[in-house]
Amino acid sequence: MNQSMKNHLKESLEQDVRVDGRTRHEHRDVDVETGVISTAEGSARVTAGDAELLAGVKIESREPYPDSPDEGSIMVNVELLSMSHKDFESGRPGIESIEPSRVIDRGLRESGAIDLKSLCIEEGETVLGISIDIVPLNYDGNIYGLGGLAALAAVKDLTMPAVDDNGNIDWDEEGDLDVDLAHDPLPVTVYKIDDLLLIDPTREEEQAADARLTVTTLDDERVCSLQKGGDAPISDDEFNEMIDLAFDTTESLRDNIDAI
Amino acid sequence: MGTILVEEKDIVAPGETLAEGMDYIPGKGTFRDDDEIISKGLSLINIDGSVIKGIPMNGRYVPQEGDRVIGRVKDILMSGWKIDINSAYDSMLPLKDASHDYIEKGSDLTRYFDLGDYVAVKITSVSTQKIVDITAKGQGLQKLEGGRIIEVNPQKVPRIIGSRGSMISIIKKALDCNIFVGQNGYAWLNAEPENEVKAIQAIRRIEREAHTNGLTERISDMLDHDQGDES
Amino acid sequence: MTNSLRPDGRKPHEMRPIEADAGLIDQADGSARFKIGDTEAYASVYGPQELHPRHKQDPKQGKLRCEYNMLPFAGDGSRVRPGFSRRGEEISHVTTKALEPAVDLSEYPNAVVDVHIELTQTDAGSRCAGICAGSMALADAGIPMTDIVPAVSAGKIDDTIVVDLNGEEEHLGGNETPDLPVALIPRDETFSLMQLDGILTRDDLKECVETVKPALLDIAEKQQEALRSQYDTGVES
Repeated sequence: MNQSMKNHLKESLEQDVRVDGRTRHEHRDVDVETGVISTAEGSARVTAGDAELLAGVKIESREPYPDSPDEGSIMVNVELLSMSHKDFESGRPGIESIEPSRVIDRGLRESGAIDLKSLCIEEGETVLGISIDIVPLNYDGNIYGLGGLAALAAVKDLTMPAVDDNGNIDWDEEGDLDVDLAHDPLPVTVYKIDDLLLIDPTREEEQAADARLTVTTLDDERVCSLQKGGDAPISDDEFNEMIDLAFDTTESLRDNIDAI
Repeated sequence: MGTILVEEKDIVAPGETLAEGMDYIPGKGTFRDDDEIISKGLSLINIDGSVIKGIPMNGRYVPQEGDRVIGRVKDILMSGWKIDINSAYDSMLPLKDASHDYIEKGSDLTRYFDLGDYVAVKITSVSTQKIVDITAKGQGLQKLEGGRIIEVNPQKVPRIIGSRGSMISIIKKALDCNIFVGQNGYAWLNAEPENEVKAIQAIRRIEREAHTNGLTERISDMLDHDQGDES
Repeated sequence: MTNSLRPDGRKPHEMRPIEADAGLIDQADGSARFKIGDTEAYASVYGPQELHPRHKQDPKQGKLRCEYNMLPFAGDGSRVRPGFSRRGEEISHVTTKALEPAVDLSEYPNAVVDVHIELTQTDAGSRCAGICAGSMALADAGIPMTDIVPAVSAGKIDDTIVVDLNGEEEHLGGNETPDLPVALIPRDETFSLMQLDGILTRDDLKECVETVKPALLDIAEKQQEALRSQYDTGVES
């Protein structure tokens, strides 16, 4: 998008008109479905407008890391599949995949939502690792928000397989281990185009944005993770506005999560 | 003897038999296999006398001489501008075809068209290897300032424009919207934000329902209805 | 087998339930989904588009480039590490060869048509599902095609030739069940994919190939119907 077109977009946003008929602070209607992948231990499909994503949880059993002998792990991996948008190329993941992976990962980890000690089978010997893979099938912006929602829904859908004392996993048997989430960490990203804030951008809007702030909230008061992205810096007034907008947005998104 | 197995406006898939016998002639989008005519893609059937044609429902743009398209300046070279025309093939705008001014070699070409600029151009030639030349000199050809670009299905462009511009004029008039639809599937719109959104919705509807009858009337109604809401 | 029914109750020549749709990924130039039993493949086509690097370009016609990939959560056991795998490379290659005979890229010199195939869940028959989805997606993208390309596996369990092995059947009784994935160009009745894992006699092999043909034609009909039916707008045509 060149400058003259960006100016035109800005005029539109100033009048609170977006191409799909939304206002700047309006989120697309979100649909969350869980238990959609037969081979995953937990899974979810999220659709919002034309955007569609899948998240799948897989469990592995391994030796603990030396510095945490009684803890398992969580790992989030976002892969922006080349099938989902012409901009995404095959090959080594770039920062566009890696940054949301790490941001969503930290949101889940820093929230303490999952007690990693509960994933210990035998201290120093065997622990469980939870991998959450998020992939868009049809990409239309807001990987942070929709991906974070998909990851959370997939983890809530998780049914642990049976694991014996030696750490062997029986994929066909349901296990006794319950992974309870202490909180529901939900990332929301507020985007800034010039001096206007908007949420849940489409791909086109995302590319026109000057900056973004991903705020992962635990409930209606607490934040557990932050990430500022984009080229332009943000003022402290903007920062305050963005935090408030993030909390406002999360309110309705939590209904989708509570339903699981 | 021959039997035709399809009707006008049927949608057919690749490999489907369209006619049997030698009475019919395989047109574009079809081929003859022995005494059968077969569909060569996912297409809309058009029967013109004894010629059976398959009009593709989809497909990226393949440049054709004479087409008016919208391009984006991708690179600036000594000899002119390299322009992305939403195709597997880039196009070249030579110095002599950029402007009615005489442009000296080595001068600052960004004064005319800069990287990222969108331009309405016409394709002057396409070689067998699909080397494409374009011109920005001509009626209605120009740099496009402001507005927005959307992508439309290149196969639906004739329907979006309508015969002699009839369909697109309805939208332009009803919404006071400036619109240029390129044969290559880039369309440029410029209007008041709310009207622009409505224009895009109308265009999307034409894309979806292009193969049906009565579309012009439905689009008129759609726009009248909207205007009715305004008053 | 003590009776003629298979572990999931199917008859020998019966395929698992099939779901097929096209045009579901609007960012792509063409797309499709093909699900057979619990194996599900999505395919997206981008192209014709510029081919890099230039030395790979063919001045006579466009190139077809298929990429097969299993999503990390798509395996029936542990997570599948994303990225390069030799198995993926080989399947990508034979998939391209399976689809090429049906595709006409003569109008696209120097260009490439990319087919991205992703398996969201697998229960045997994934390369066949990928080929089915891939050929539908190519048609959906408006690529000139002389035919649709169906694919499915045949095999032998005990003394019976069967069609469409599922995951459980692949390792019945601790043995490797002979598994023969096949792709067909229906009008020509030629096979564009044929592989075998396991042991079959010459006669059994020929019988497998004969037996699987009607199933392939059945799949082809479903693929063609899926392509057409996405345009049922409910508006009079």
